[in-house]
Amino acid sequence: MLKPQAQPVTKPTTEAEERAVFRGVALPWVFLLPSLLILAVFVYLPALQTLRLAAYRANVILGTERFVGLANFTELLLSPAYRQVALQTLVFTVLTVSLGLLSALGLAWLASRPIRGANTYRLLLIYPYALSPAIAGTLWLFLFNPEIGLVNQILGSLFDVRPRWLDTPSLAFGLVTLAAIWKGLAYNIVFYLASIQNLPGDVMEAAEIDGASGAQVFWRVAFPLLTPITFFLVFTNIIAALFDSFALTDILTKGGPYTGNAGATTFLVYQLYQDGFVNFKTGAAAAQAALMLALVAFITWMQFRVGERQVHYGA
Amino acid sequence: MAREVRAGAVGVPKLGAGRGKGRHGRVWVTHLALCVAIFVISAPLIFALIKSTQMSSDVLSPKLLPGGAFFDNLSGVWVDAKLGRYMFNSTVLAVSVTVGKTILSLLAALAFVYFRFPLKGLAFTLVLLSLMLPTEVLIIALFDLVSQDLKWADTYAAIIVPFLASATGTFLFRQHFMNIPTSLADAARIDGCGPLLYLTRILIPMSWNTIGALAVIQFVYAWDQYIWPLVILQNDDKQVVQVGLRRLIEVGGQTDWGAVMAGAIVTMIPPLIVFTALQKQFSRGFALTEDK
Repeated sequence: MLKPQAQPVTKPTTEAEERAVFRGVALPWVFLLPSLLILAVFVYLPALQTLRLAAYRANVILGTERFVGLANFTELLLSPAYRQVALQTLVFTVLTVSLGLLSALGLAWLASRPIRGANTYRLLLIYPYALSPAIAGTLWLFLFNPEIGLVNQILGSLFDVRPRWLDTPSLAFGLVTLAAIWKGLAYNIVFYLASIQNLPGDVMEAAEIDGASGAQVFWRVAFPLLTPITFFLVFTNIIAALFDSFALTDILTKGGPYTGNAGATTFLVYQLYQDGFVNFKTGAAAAQAALMLALVAFITWMQFRVGERQVHYGA
Repeated sequence: MAREVRAGAVGVPKLGAGRGKGRHGRVWVTHLALCVAIFVISAPLIFALIKSTQMSSDVLSPKLLPGGAFFDNLSGVWVDAKLGRYMFNSTVLAVSVTVGKTILSLLAALAFVYFRFPLKGLAFTLVLLSLMLPTEVLIIALFDLVSQDLKWADTYAAIIVPFLASATGTFLFRQHFMNIPTSLADAARIDGCGPLLYLTRILIPMSWNTIGALAVIQFVYAWDQYIWPLVILQNDDKQVVQVGLRRLIEVGGQTDWGAVMAGAIVTMIPPLIVFTALQKQFSRGFALTEDK
């Protein structure tokens, strides 16, 4: 098939960054059209519309809209309730991302040791990937039900305590955090397992021969080599903590219990949903959406910056 | 320095012995740690599985012996609480979105890798930047657009069409295609093969691992959708199973926890099937992209 004289021709094309093979001016746009059309209509148009709505105050009953400039934003940033929600989201995100990644890395490392049954351990660790945030919320709602939940039945019979898990602010917050970590564990383990298997074996062996202990091999050799995947997971986990927590809290706590100026487990997206679809404060909700947009843009920008600066450890 | 000398001279046997002893001790601890961790992680799932099989008289007791009432629990909600309907809707959603995203991102990657055209950089940036705009952030305006302008409320289109484009998919396929030697495409073109034929006959057969890996991620993502169906679907006939779980709990009066647990277990099955079926592709396809 491949003619001999074709070979010298291919060399320069692979070296040049542009690797155009097929010709046609309209054809690439035909292939791109479905994707670009969907993105334009269902992503970029709503994004612009969100920014516009954030500058208006709508009255659902009268059906009117009034331009208010930045008033929605200033109100939001001055509101003690929104500040509390933002702070709670920050604490929740830091806790789930750090504890979640640490436990996932530890377990993936243990399950990657050359021990009997390692394959079974790995399988058992990653099958909860099929868990959705809504299922996680449903199971924990039953488990931690104060009267009929198994946890309180055990605690009650052993220590005669029956904590009101979902009515006590600190307990509810801790419970949601734990459930979120539990839900995300399998996803993180999948990625860590794959990366650990791709680690250069000779480097680790060299460290062991040089007398490094197991802990030293892990912290001094493996952990630095896993930096790229850890960064990737930190960013995906931040996004998951910000957005996936909605279904979990909507089923488990409904944002409650109330403490200070807002529900103890009300996070940014839950507040957005409440204002947009329960209280019908479209302008305030759009302003929150615009703020979140800026937040996600910042996180993505950080991800690309960190990604660019990453050292390449590949073979 | 001292360490090098030891390794060179007497180090090897010494190290071997020490290592054997250490390994033995550590292996035991490793097994124990893994067993405890797996038990803790699985406990809520095992609990749900047990409760879903118990008769309603046992479900609320601390009894942890499996019963034989799983199908009784399930049939109680399958029709009456519309669980069957929700499962069907979720399957339609997840399959359509997975297939649609795969096709659209294959086509987009084809354009980006094998064509030279003006504004290519801008088009690629537009696709990638959509990563920064998750549905939750757009939901207020998207709701207005889909329900008022398009009048799609309570239709499948509302939960499927907005999600058919995929930045992740386009990006992964583009990376994968760039790893395939250009000479292959050149040869195909010289032999008179057009881009679409090249995609279907050569690129797709060479991309099954990436397609499989992506399919797992996208199926699970679509299956887990919650907030968008919750707001855009008022009528339960089109509702998805994740929101359906909330409906099962709020069924009014006493929650039938045995039935809810059966529902939760059933909801986990489709992603488990997809994950099990594509597990090899998933890890291989992922390893491939890691190399880049």
